[in-house]
Amino acid sequence: MAITFTLNGKPQSVDVSPEMPLLWVLRDTLNLTGTKFGCGMALCGACTVHVNGEATRSCITAVSSVAGKHVTTIEGLAADASHPVQQAWVEIDVPQCGYCQSGQIMSAAALLAKKPHPSDADIDDAMKGNICRCGTYQRIRKAIHRAAELHGGAAKEREKAAAR
Amino acid sequence: MTTSALLNRRTFLKTTAKGGAALVVGFHLPFRAFAGEAEDQEKKTPNPFNAWVRIAADNRVTLILAKSEMGQGVMTALPMILAEELCVDWKSVSVEQAPTDPAIYEHGTGGSSSVPESWLPLRRAGAAAREMLLTAAAQRWSVNRDTCKAENGAVLHGARKKIFRYGELVEEAAKLPIPDFSTVPLKNSAEFTLVGHDTQRVDARAKSDGTARFGLDARTPGMLYAVVARCPVFGGKVAKFDAAKAKAVAGVREVVAIDAIGQGAFTAGGVAVVADSSWAAMQGRKALQITWDEGAAAAESSAGLRQQFLENAAKPGKVYRNEGDAEAALAAAANRIVKADYEVPFAAHACMEPMNCTVHVRGDGAEAWVPSQAPQWARDIIAQVTGLKPETVTVHTTLMGGGFGRRYQADFVAEAAQVSKAVGRPVMVLWTREDDLQHCFYRPASLHRMAAALDDKGGLAAWKHFQTSTSIAAVWEKDGAEKPEASEFAMAAFLPYRAAGYRVEYTLGKASVPRAWWRSVENSGCGFVVESFVDELAAAAKADPLEFRLRLIGEDRKIPDFASPTGDPVDTARLKGVLQLAAEKAGWSKPPAKGTGRGIAGYFSFNSYAAAVIEASVKKGAVRVTRVVAAVDVGRAVNPQGVRAQVESAAIYGLTAALKDAITIERGRVAQSNFHNYEMLRIPEAPQVEVHIVASSEKPTGIGEPAVPVIAPALCNALFAATGKRVRRLPIRAADLA
Repeated sequence: MAITFTLNGKPQSVDVSPEMPLLWVLRDTLNLTGTKFGCGMALCGACTVHVNGEATRSCITAVSSVAGKHVTTIEGLAADASHPVQQAWVEIDVPQCGYCQSGQIMSAAALLAKKPHPSDADIDDAMKGNICRCGTYQRIRKAIHRAAELHGGAAKEREKAAAR
Repeated sequence: MTTSALLNRRTFLKTTAKGGAALVVGFHLPFRAFAGEAEDQEKKTPNPFNAWVRIAADNRVTLILAKSEMGQGVMTALPMILAEELCVDWKSVSVEQAPTDPAIYEHGTGGSSSVPESWLPLRRAGAAAREMLLTAAAQRWSVNRDTCKAENGAVLHGARKKIFRYGELVEEAAKLPIPDFSTVPLKNSAEFTLVGHDTQRVDARAKSDGTARFGLDARTPGMLYAVVARCPVFGGKVAKFDAAKAKAVAGVREVVAIDAIGQGAFTAGGVAVVADSSWAAMQGRKALQITWDEGAAAAESSAGLRQQFLENAAKPGKVYRNEGDAEAALAAAANRIVKADYEVPFAAHACMEPMNCTVHVRGDGAEAWVPSQAPQWARDIIAQVTGLKPETVTVHTTLMGGGFGRRYQADFVAEAAQVSKAVGRPVMVLWTREDDLQHCFYRPASLHRMAAALDDKGGLAAWKHFQTSTSIAAVWEKDGAEKPEASEFAMAAFLPYRAAGYRVEYTLGKASVPRAWWRSVENSGCGFVVESFVDELAAAAKADPLEFRLRLIGEDRKIPDFASPTGDPVDTARLKGVLQLAAEKAGWSKPPAKGTGRGIAGYFSFNSYAAAVIEASVKKGAVRVTRVVAAVDVGRAVNPQGVRAQVESAAIYGLTAALKDAITIERGRVAQSNFHNYEMLRIPEAPQVEVHIVASSEKPTGIGEPAVPVIAPALCNALFAATGKRVRRLPIRAADLA
């Protein structure tokens, strides 16, 4: 039976086993390979996507549980990689092997959506579920602060535009 | 150029009995041969416009990368070298992975060798292309080519009044005679505009928007996904299996048995479940009913191995090096004797991207997408498994989600070739995290019995290092059975600390656990042991750990590489240089923050020098690392930004190994299975890592690995300073700090 949800802003219907994890639906059924497989047990965060805006480990999320919900993957985070987190990631030269970074970025974007100016403790708390074996943590921390600045800047621009 | 005899052999033979007939498989070892064996790997001098540089009529420049990118930054650093000599605008270049062609390229990516090994060849290739473009321009203008200048992707002449963009010249240039690479003029380093300057990674954007393609992201029409059930006990095999329940899982297409290749050290063999999706394949594997013939290794355990090590240590080992009379000095009543045992566990690489490979075997050839540090080896293995000629096998090297030495192996490649051949379709074999941790090629476990004699003048009358380990050479080297110690000591066998008597002994420990190259290889264990033990000696001598090291190192000199006489010697001035730089930047002369201890370590590996000062505290047995200050000397740093990133990475990798990692064996199988019991350092535990690079115009050396060996000892030395407890086994346990 088809399961329907909104994927990166567009309606999506898949006809797969309802218990199939969202991760594998994204990767193997829909060929959206930006979301990564790292552990299959929600221990590493490489598979992080947004479900209704919440950072969610897609490797343990049955696809049936996202029926009717909004799913956002790294591919749908922003047009043209323009999300402040993505811009900051490139500017701070965060990625090394890069495999975990889709998940890191999705976790960071979900954090900033809730806390536009997170403290180091907020960052530790929101990002502790994401493992980076290359050890890019200090750049991740720096890039999240930088994204907060970029985001704040963009928000001010919007406010100015609205005031005009 | 390498520090281990293991690394000295490019090819070796391994035999395996298969159906009664001996199958001889030639492997290529990770690292370059030393001079004596260099002939067989001389690459033809190719036309640089075919091999290295592509310039389009619209002036777009594409630079070719022959090494594999696994996070270490070769995709940026190596094209920088080409672009420097080619004189093109870095912003205008793109980078493309080379086709796998060992006749032209040296693909093997390991041993922190990419930059040092590529430095001259890429400069020459870039310079040759530049010279050909200059000649083409001079001919077009009918002027003396000495009056022409290459700059920013163009040739200029006559006070810049005349200009040809490279795109206008390339067609003619590519047809000109290729300059002799050994005499082609290279830029003066004072003219470098790229090399030595911080440069952003070329792959950062693709790795931030989900478009970067790793091995696991390979997709080809008609492909299927497979997982393999392997015997949990090393060397075990399938006794019988029933595929009925697996085949009943929706999406499962086929279940096929695959043979082991090699003697347990290469592939385990097993039963492959082939399905429409990765998930279906994993579900199918769970439903498989297999009876294993576990074999003799089922009796092995880490506890048993430790017992074996202790028994070995109670007897003299094979003498690997002996100078002066260490035994006499250790027996002399006038000397102060310090003795200690150190233990290092098996460790897994735990690349974030689990092993995988996609192969499409056809009748007339094969195509493969391989996240590999050795695509040339992958090609040979696919050819051997399928019976195809290597030149009919096309291997696409993908990005790798981590390598750390694990991806020099071709076990996952062989499996994919076997399964694709069996089912006649393109197949991705993917590993789960459990597969990855339980069927790795681990860093060897080892026990080190150290003894030293301090004389009454504060010097060393004797240094004795006995090691027993599950050697890497014993697994992979042609003469590894005779010389298992060859891969196990590195600088521990050519110590920079002066000792009147110096003795190194070794005894092979036996285990069925597969071993191979784990980030920094034998240096990770020996660095920990040597740099911890010398700290113990400093404490015994009541000396400052830095001053003690500098005094024992003594005057500037070059100490030959004992394991590899053709390798670079240790330059003690450079070793002292990194120790002093790290100490200075860390404020060594002032006390550390209250409640924290500070430790230092320095080591030479892969021809690079690294030192670290670490500050750490202990609260209720929990270690908190508050600061890491590292100094490295890599000769000329091609991309300093990349060097810093690698040292930051090595610090976290080293801390993870020191604080968390141990692979243990119970009933012949690995006890750990996923990140809940093989833990990784996470962001709340990650300290700030400061990296300082020694300014140098020496030839460039590698940095993927050399900072790893100093991390564990610098941390343990800091813990000693903080608590008075000496940690002598890894990983660090709360009980050892109580």
